[in-house]
Amino acid sequence: MKTGREILLTAIVGFIFMFALPLLLSHYTLTVLTAFAILALSLGFVWGYGGILCFGQAAFYGLGGYAFAVAAINTQMPWLGFLAAILIPAIVAALLGAMMFYGRLSDVYMAVVTLVFTLILFKFMNTTAGEAYRIGSARLGGYNGIPGFPTLTKPWNPTDYLYNESLYYFAFLLLIALYLIVRLILKSPFGRALVGIRENELRAELMGYDVRLLKTVAFTIGGAIAGIAGCIFANWAEIITPNMFSLGQSSEIIIWTIVGGAGTLAGPIIGAGVLGYLKIALGENSGLNNFFIMGIVLIAAVLFLPRGIFPTVQSLLSRVSLGRPRQRISRRRRSRAG
Amino acid sequence: MDYAVVVIIEVLYAISVLALISAGLAVIFGMMRVINLAHGEFLVLGSYAAIFSNRYGVPIYLAILVAAPLAGAVWGFIVERLIVRWLYGRLINTMLATWGLSLAMMGAFVMIFGNTQTGISAPIAGFTVGAYQINGYNLFIIAMAIVVMAGLYAVMKGTRAGLVARAAMQRPDMAQAFGYNTSQVYMWTFVAGSALAGLAGGILTPIFGAIPSGGANYIAKAFITVITGGASVVSGTLASASILGLVYQIFTFLSTSVVGEIALLIAAVVLLRILPTGITGRFLRNRV
Repeated sequence: MKTGREILLTAIVGFIFMFALPLLLSHYTLTVLTAFAILALSLGFVWGYGGILCFGQAAFYGLGGYAFAVAAINTQMPWLGFLAAILIPAIVAALLGAMMFYGRLSDVYMAVVTLVFTLILFKFMNTTAGEAYRIGSARLGGYNGIPGFPTLTKPWNPTDYLYNESLYYFAFLLLIALYLIVRLILKSPFGRALVGIRENELRAELMGYDVRLLKTVAFTIGGAIAGIAGCIFANWAEIITPNMFSLGQSSEIIIWTIVGGAGTLAGPIIGAGVLGYLKIALGENSGLNNFFIMGIVLIAAVLFLPRGIFPTVQSLLSRVSLGRPRQRISRRRRSRAG
Repeated sequence: MDYAVVVIIEVLYAISVLALISAGLAVIFGMMRVINLAHGEFLVLGSYAAIFSNRYGVPIYLAILVAAPLAGAVWGFIVERLIVRWLYGRLINTMLATWGLSLAMMGAFVMIFGNTQTGISAPIAGFTVGAYQINGYNLFIIAMAIVVMAGLYAVMKGTRAGLVARAAMQRPDMAQAFGYNTSQVYMWTFVAGSALAGLAGGILTPIFGAIPSGGANYIAKAFITVITGGASVVSGTLASASILGLVYQIFTFLSTSVVGEIALLIAAVVLLRILPTGITGRFLRNRV
């Protein structure tokens, strides 16, 4: 498929969903699901294509939220906050990624470093109650988080806040745009080299690619996207708390991605939407504990659907339509390796 | 002088706690290269087992030292048969599946025991050193850490079971050729690690109590200690528990325990940056 046609097609499908979903659910619910979807997209890119299993994607999500709130309070210009929500997580991701990839940490060690990094942020943010912890005029607020920051407005009218319906459309447009950007990145020489590294790091290195640099860049992009998700969440909730950094949040991102299908971009987005909605729905009438269900879902996904729902359905569909299984080598490798 | 004694005891206590909560994970990771992310919940399970068996009349030491590890072992057996054995050799998948198990167990604890903290009181009274009060149970924990570590070393170095286990880990094909069923060896190793986790949970109950979400605290520290230690079970765990426990306690004395925990985490990251395969990846190689 030509790139131009694919972009057009994706945009059309995206727009159809954007206008169809509000028929099913409220704008309010859909906004937060869109934030989750963007977050899942970031891990889908970093893990599914970069082969970097980050246990701490929530760190960049939380940093995005905090960067937005702090910058918005200090400048009273939320769009500067939006920029900060992209830049700060990206910078932090670049530093952390450089430390890990130039240090040549292997899988488990990378997992522990990203996990620990998230924990440090979580613990630190929980202790920042009191006057001493403030950035400019923004108090970090410890366990209670930061409430009452100015939220995004329409750029042409600073008193017209993006709210409920307009925030949803803004978030969903961002999701479509980010999806397309990631698609284009993957079609670029950089993206192809990245997938090459995922398949065989040594071979890519022997062919002259700077694996450390490429992985760091991929990790940085993932951090920036997660930061945007955090910014959307902050605008939706109108308060941010250290819970954005929690282990529960990190695990949810991974669950969305693996259930949806690591190695695809649409899979994690769908996973985030469906499981995110499931969680909200279960939270309302809680007979069963949320963690219990998420945990069972994750175990079942690893044991029975290691490739995720989306690729499984995809291959079933193509088997039906073509009469024979069409499997990509990369997918099969993926499920075996990770 | 008195203060020095207090500091030394506190440092030893911090190291012992780290060693205890990591021992089970270290056995499972060091021998089988499997990371059990539900390890923290195994400890909490041990705590609940100790508390409830004690409540139904089991003497406290029996509850801590027998009921808790027994609960860990039985649950470890079930988990190994149902989940882990399908995933050997797929490190990331095991981590994900056991993380799911961790969430599920946490949810189950909330549903069964409610979201509250329960506990038992320490069976040993405190005593004073000069002007300072010392918790007598801390000394028991230090002693138990020494016993567990020494016991592990003895089993792995000195018994036939330990020899077979180590052989099965190093060269599964050879062990199989000599007639040992490696699948069984894996299973019993996992059960042993789970029993150690339950034991640690039981021993620590009078200090930390039992709370459904408590596993997250344990697993982070245990995971870090084991990974920082590297592949050697006893020496790796001891080395990293000593370093990290020392760092934690020093910063706790200088500031608050939260700063201590953050310092511990940073120390672990720095250590991993310098020694990417853990302490025993470079030093003390080929030790148990």
